[in-house]
Amino acid sequence: MMKRLKYLTLIFTSLLLALVLSGCGSKPLSDQNVLTNAKESKTITWGVKADTRLIGLIDVKDGKEKGFEIDLAKAITKKMLGKDGKAKFVTVTSQSRIPLLKNGNIDAIIATMTITPERQKTIDFSDSYFDAGQSILVKENSPIKKVEDLNDKTIIGVVGSNSVENVKKFAPKARVLQLPDYAQALTALKSGQGDALTTDNVILAGMAVNNPGYVLRGKAFTTEPYGIGVNKGQKDFREAINKALSEVEKDGTYNKLIMKWFGNVPGFNYKEVLRHD
Amino acid sequence: MQNWMNAYSWVNIRFLLQGLEITILISVVSVLLSFIIGSVLGIIRYSKIRYVSKIVGVIIDVIRNLPLLLIIFFVYFGLPAFGFKPDTIPAAILAMTVFESMMIAEIIRSGIMAVDIGQMEASRSMGMTYIQAMWHVVLPQAYKKMIPAMVSQFISLIKDTSLATIIVVPELMQHGQVVYGQNPNYIIPVFVMMALMYFVVCYALSLLSKYIDHKMA
Amino acid sequence: MINLLTHNWSSFITGFGWTVLSSVLALFFSLIIGSLVAILEVLPNKFFRIIGKIYVEIFRNIPLLVITMFFYLVIPLYVVKINGFTAGTIGLTIYTSAFIAETVRAGINSVDIGQMEAARSQGMTFWQAMRYIVLPQAFKLVIPPLGNQFVNLVKNSSVLAFVAGFDLMYQGNAIASQTFDTVNTYLIVGLFYLIITLPISYYMQYLERKLA
Repeated sequence: MMKRLKYLTLIFTSLLLALVLSGCGSKPLSDQNVLTNAKESKTITWGVKADTRLIGLIDVKDGKEKGFEIDLAKAITKKMLGKDGKAKFVTVTSQSRIPLLKNGNIDAIIATMTITPERQKTIDFSDSYFDAGQSILVKENSPIKKVEDLNDKTIIGVVGSNSVENVKKFAPKARVLQLPDYAQALTALKSGQGDALTTDNVILAGMAVNNPGYVLRGKAFTTEPYGIGVNKGQKDFREAINKALSEVEKDGTYNKLIMKWFGNVPGFNYKEVLRHD
Repeated sequence: MQNWMNAYSWVNIRFLLQGLEITILISVVSVLLSFIIGSVLGIIRYSKIRYVSKIVGVIIDVIRNLPLLLIIFFVYFGLPAFGFKPDTIPAAILAMTVFESMMIAEIIRSGIMAVDIGQMEASRSMGMTYIQAMWHVVLPQAYKKMIPAMVSQFISLIKDTSLATIIVVPELMQHGQVVYGQNPNYIIPVFVMMALMYFVVCYALSLLSKYIDHKMA
Repeated sequence: MINLLTHNWSSFITGFGWTVLSSVLALFFSLIIGSLVAILEVLPNKFFRIIGKIYVEIFRNIPLLVITMFFYLVIPLYVVKINGFTAGTIGLTIYTSAFIAETVRAGINSVDIGQMEAARSQGMTFWQAMRYIVLPQAFKLVIPPLGNQFVNLVKNSSVLAFVAGFDLMYQGNAIASQTFDTVNTYLIVGLFYLIITLPISYYMQYLERKLA
């Protein structure tokens, strides 16, 4: 028995040591040029959402992603790489998108990600491509009228989103549950696991369309400019995205996409997000 | 009733079956790989090769005692730091293989230990090398003894692929979530169908294992 | 690495606490349910045997995640409101009890059948013989496999992360996505799991060898 105990201690100490050592050496980011690679392979790999109606959602009929961000990513890819440029999509969650970008599994994130100072420490952002605002989704007959009513209530968010942190500013006493993705979060709201679901209004609007009995409440209490996330040190790539984005906005493609996806969504005024009209 | 009919539309069922296909693909590939790797590791650990067996033993014990979910995260989020960037399905296969290899290594080791030690000695005294004795005498008996344990490990593996939904692998659980995400009324029918699909595959395997065991006994 | 641990110490410890609590509760209840089901499976009455068998086969052949999500999403919708921790712990209990039932049944079967008959011929009822003669011996035999079930239980408790059960994995996910230091966070989480699982697993190996 003593021998086993010694063995165990040995394992733990060596593990700890290995961990500390591995933690010290910071991992070098890929120093390849993403833009050059993209031009050579004629492909950009985008991290997109698969659980967000109107934005990025898997269609059961053909298994393909569909939504505003998907179309926008395709348009930007075409502007950057020419007509034969291909947009490849990898499904991400709020939790997995930044690790996957940093790891190089994806070239860019277009997945309802707000430009925040904390995230800017880790990755770079393009110019904002959409102006969302955080809001709450509740049952039609819910007593909750605005975000401040959430004190002492349970609110559902998603792991890796900044919505949860934001709510705490307005309702410090709210209890927070973080679920892996929006599909789970919405189902949990319906199952009564929380009193409200919080995230950006545009995501919630998509949920409300498909779930009668649930409504957006109160004005958006934050502004959430969405940006395309790219790795640090990829200045060429980021500038090319910005250029393509502004071209897409100027030639009217952007507004067409807004109309296509948000033209007829109750509780969401698409005119507020149109650009260069 | 209408909900059940709609939930079981061909489009939805087909989507679930596509998920099941990926679940089975991941399970079969992982179990084949981990059978090979696990056998090698198990034999090495059993063979008491100086230092090597000890180190392999520690690796087996550490990984075996971690949650599979954690290993999935490591493979998907951690490995790329070392220059290897798997997509979701290969990442799931890799994570499953790493975990299952260690489980199978232990099954193999105890299977070998259950074979009478005298047999090894007898074979050696007949002039066989250690490897020959292992390959021709000990392993065939050990594998026979391990069939039930091996099959139940395979069943665990099939069930555990559902955890890969966390990195959005398009397997059965993930596809189920997509379907009931579309319409709240589908949730019970979808859960029933998912459970049924897993059950049929796993139960069929356990029956098969009993049949083989019966035949060999 | 050290910074990450100290800055988030309270989260890690909270998660560790919930993981341990969930595992211990699930072990306790699955031992009870598992033993009852095992007894059902060895009863002379065929009807009860079939019930026991059905319970075991169903829950052994469906993923834990499916069972847990069912309790988290479906049960509150139609039956009663339960939170993520409870749903996760119930899922763990049901899933594990099926395995424990199999283990205990094997233990009961390995106790010499003559003992049961001898006890009955001494005037004991079936239940008395079970309670005083068969079960104590069976449990002694199955302690190592039960210990391994507990190790599995602790590892499996990571499904609580799927249902916001506040466990280690849940806290790890939250910390990783706030600090963006994914690899190190999960390394720490792994270490916390090993603190529970490795000693038990080694102790069980030791017991197995001692009993053999």
